[in-house]
Amino acid sequence: MSAPTPWTVASVREALTAKKISARELAAEFYGRIEERNAALNVYLTLCHERANAQADKIDAAIAQGESLPPLAGVPIAVKDVISTRGVRTTCGSKILESYVPPYDATAVERLENAGAVVLGKTNCDEFAMGSSNENSAYGVVRNPVATDRVPGGSSGGSAAAVAAGLAVVALGTDTGGSIRQPGSFCGIPGLMPTYGRVSRYGLVAFASSLDKIGPFTANIGDAAAVMAVIAGHDPNDSTSANVPVEDYRAAIKQPVAGLRIGVPEDYFGAGLDPEVKQKVQAGIATLERLGCKRIPLQMPHTDYAIAAYYIIATAEASSNLARYDGVRYGLRVPGSTLIDMYRKTRETGFGPEVKRRIMLGTYALSAGYYDAYYLRAQKVRALIARDFSDAFQKVDAIVTPTAPTPAFRLGEKASDPLQMYLADIYTVTGSLAGVPGISVPCGTTKAGLPVGMQIFSPHFREGSTLQIASAFEIAGGFSA
Amino acid sequence: MKISREDVLRVAELAHLELSAGEIETYRGQLDEILTYIDKLKQLDVANVEPMAQGLFTSVVADDSVTTAHREWREDVLRQCDVADAILSQAPDAARPFFRVPKVIER
Repeated sequence: MSAPTPWTVASVREALTAKKISARELAAEFYGRIEERNAALNVYLTLCHERANAQADKIDAAIAQGESLPPLAGVPIAVKDVISTRGVRTTCGSKILESYVPPYDATAVERLENAGAVVLGKTNCDEFAMGSSNENSAYGVVRNPVATDRVPGGSSGGSAAAVAAGLAVVALGTDTGGSIRQPGSFCGIPGLMPTYGRVSRYGLVAFASSLDKIGPFTANIGDAAAVMAVIAGHDPNDSTSANVPVEDYRAAIKQPVAGLRIGVPEDYFGAGLDPEVKQKVQAGIATLERLGCKRIPLQMPHTDYAIAAYYIIATAEASSNLARYDGVRYGLRVPGSTLIDMYRKTRETGFGPEVKRRIMLGTYALSAGYYDAYYLRAQKVRALIARDFSDAFQKVDAIVTPTAPTPAFRLGEKASDPLQMYLADIYTVTGSLAGVPGISVPCGTTKAGLPVGMQIFSPHFREGSTLQIASAFEIAGGFSA
Repeated sequence: MKISREDVLRVAELAHLELSAGEIETYRGQLDEILTYIDKLKQLDVANVEPMAQGLFTSVVADDSVTTAHREWREDVLRQCDVADAILSQAPDAARPFFRVPKVIER
């Protein structure tokens, strides 16, 4: 399979300003690629040609007028199907929203379009972002473009695969427990989870509100910085978005990393870690040391409890958030003899098995007699995990770990065992619970050719530092080592 | 066994899910296994730990400016919001300006 020309934010800009291609032609090139490969990969659920063409025409008109171009002018992007797009179907990977068309745009989408980006369509994902393999989509599995018998990771599997397969230059994903970083790792591209509150979630369909974040998949770190410069920042429409100044990410990635202290927690390198992944991540850390970073061994003693705490908190919040799907105001309705009967039939028909499982688990954890034992205890353990991070950041500038314990697994390999699937999130949920930013960067491939991801965590609102280290690693050749 | 068939039925009722007989047994087994794993939370002494309910609202975040930024509230100002038609157009059964549902009150 021949790989298509890898476009980047920078090369799109250069080609447009030099008039080597028009924004309209570029969109058409991407739609051509999608037509060629989407049947096999199942990356896109909905395409929006009209909207893309209208936006591309606006950019082309600006070029013809000699106007200065916005930062993402003409850049073809994909948007995970849990993020609202006005007039464009948004299914959340669920049958319950099969024909739902949002009446407004998410702030992140609006900001990208205001910056000139061209939205090509909506990408497949695990239903309501619940999953680690994209096998929980009601619209079929996504195949990993690197190895099509394997999962792309989840839940933002379609967005990761879109960028990895050259079917978008940039894609928005969402990360609740690892749903950007893990598919980034499995597909061999960078995936950034910003700090909780850094990117507005207005228009994001809620899964677990104390954990959900929107972030980008890109082909390189320069592109991630360019996208973050557009989507980061306070939004009065999202009361959880933080009014904290946005760093200059494009300046940050040019800063040298010599002298930075890199914490390496031994708790992330124990039993269950694939030996080839371990070796690649260790080699990645050695590369950072060669760049002048100082390696500091760390203990983060509550790491082993993160999965248990996460799957109580996330499912409890999900059971509450998903109560809104009742067949009354939007989405699927299955008629029933009474109101309650209608709720039950609608939800039974509209939700898939993993969503029902999580609603059941979350409802159980919040129910009378179990709240203290499960939900309250999980929140206390969450505080201990967050303290592991704040203690560590007293001693180090960043924490480096594997992103996932294994490379991409085979389709179906874990599909029948929910607990095994949950355990695949072991290294990502920690940072999710603490609310810190984290990126997965490629750090080479296994002997079988499967990508391995290295994860870099920074303190709250220091995405600039995350990107700085990732960029130095990329320039040093670390991505393909 | 941590969770019985009756527990599953009780939770399904709370969550408004109408499970099939097969689902009841499958979920019972799977939830039992997951809850058994989650029991490891009991190994930790959390007697003096404050629960962390929200991403950044709590004192575990070392930087005060971060928590302060998240505590800011905006003024409650009236704004034009002319979306009723757009919203009702998505409804499975709208009788403008209402959503219509099966009868709730019996006479």
